[in-house]
Amino acid sequence: MKLEIKNISYAYEKKGKKIISDFNLDLEGDERVGLIAPSGYGKTTLCKILSGYIKPDEGNVFCDGVPITKIKGYSPIQMIWQQPEFAVNPVLRMKEVIEEGDDIEDRITEGLGIEKDWLSRFPNELSGGELQRFNIARALGKRTKFLICDEISTMLDLITQSQIWNFLLEEVKTRKIGLIAVSHNSELMKLICTKQINMLTGEVTEK
Amino acid sequence: MVKYNDKNAPLLKINNMTVTFTQYDRGLKKTELPVIRDLAVEVRPGETVAVIGSSGSGKSLLAHAVMGVLPYNAEMKADMTYDGELLDKKRIEMLRGNEMVMVPQSLSFLNPLMKIGQQIKKGRNDNETNKRLNNIFEQFELDKKVMNMYPFELSGGMNRRVLVSTALIEHPRLVIADEPTPGLDPAMAKRAMSHFRDMANNGAAVLVITHDLELALETADRVSVFYSGTTIEDASVKDFEKEEYLRHPYTKALWHAMPRNGFKFISGNQSYVKNLPKGCVFSPRCPFKTKECELTQEYRSLRGGKVRCVNAK
Repeated sequence: MKLEIKNISYAYEKKGKKIISDFNLDLEGDERVGLIAPSGYGKTTLCKILSGYIKPDEGNVFCDGVPITKIKGYSPIQMIWQQPEFAVNPVLRMKEVIEEGDDIEDRITEGLGIEKDWLSRFPNELSGGELQRFNIARALGKRTKFLICDEISTMLDLITQSQIWNFLLEEVKTRKIGLIAVSHNSELMKLICTKQINMLTGEVTEK
Repeated sequence: MVKYNDKNAPLLKINNMTVTFTQYDRGLKKTELPVIRDLAVEVRPGETVAVIGSSGSGKSLLAHAVMGVLPYNAEMKADMTYDGELLDKKRIEMLRGNEMVMVPQSLSFLNPLMKIGQQIKKGRNDNETNKRLNNIFEQFELDKKVMNMYPFELSGGMNRRVLVSTALIEHPRLVIADEPTPGLDPAMAKRAMSHFRDMANNGAAVLVITHDLELALETADRVSVFYSGTTIEDASVKDFEKEEYLRHPYTKALWHAMPRNGFKFISGNQSYVKNLPKGCVFSPRCPFKTKECELTQEYRSLRGGKVRCVNAK
């Protein structure tokens, strides 16, 4: 599997300033790419484009040669959001939230430290860290080939952060899932990524 | 008895704080949730204390309790003194906004119908306030146009800086900042923290609530660690240089979870308020658990800090 990002440009206003201009990247299943830029330089926008939530003005994203706008059914590119509260349906119990994913194995929920009695609760009865684990579990469906992680651990405490990332890394490595991660934590990025891209200067550092 | 205006005496001292929420279960059955059970914090003038803890450990509630803005169904009991005198509801209402200021965690605390400039200045329009505002805006790289804009027109990071500015424009003696940095990039977060540091250097007592241990270690003097509604350790920043200097097993686990110290984690989760363990709140996850852990744990002094663990040496 290969994700090809070709000449992507995007502006929020017509004729306005391009927030992303001519961005190119190839991602293989065994690669983990970190994106670095100060706030307001279009990291989240790029993540949304890659996972198909917004259409770029120019260019396209291809997954195994197929443009992602043509993909029908379950998308092999899954995104995990920064704010877990907004990424789950507030009227569903957590059991149903997990069922939204693609056949989530018990191994995954256990590995992320999800406890059995959380499953019957509603989202507002869980803390941010607990909710984020459900978001991650939901994105790790059987047909997931690429993961987009937009600051998934900034609001978690250190122990939860390391628990989640340790599991996620192991999973991504064994299943050969390509990963794109956004984070302000440079120490964390060094641990996770095989390649880091500075969106401001275009500089690429490989491990 | 603490002498009034004694320089080394804590400005804010909290002991035995409990916060209990009353909830309606089914029908008219009431249940009580003891969310905070035993908090103890001290801040001295000229000092920055970081409050560290996992989500749901009662960090934000502490800030809200000191400012007297807890929700209606919460009941708070505590021995709080401010400047050596009892801090009760009446005194809180008198002091907050003048001597005590708070930077709230949620951006929704900004008034959506008020222009940014007015909101920060709080109605004043004298030369000195305007000068201070210009200064703050310059340092935070906010354009002057922003003053005439509304919160919805700004990005998350900009709104965060506006929130911090509302505290910086005052001359407070006590600052409580509740998660002032999420959404800011590292450079900006450091700048925001250095503003709090400056306030402390000018004699204010600063309490920063955060989960970003790295940032806290860069700016604070002391660290207070919360777990599951209890204060479990009070350590100086220097203690975080080596694992042996730390006292409580949870703080040690935090240390090991830092990316530069191995990124290791301990399994398990913080216990839910309704089924807490006997004695030490951390005992179900603690690798050094003994029989004594089931007893009530005292908050005792140890090697220049404080710890709530019988086995700590």
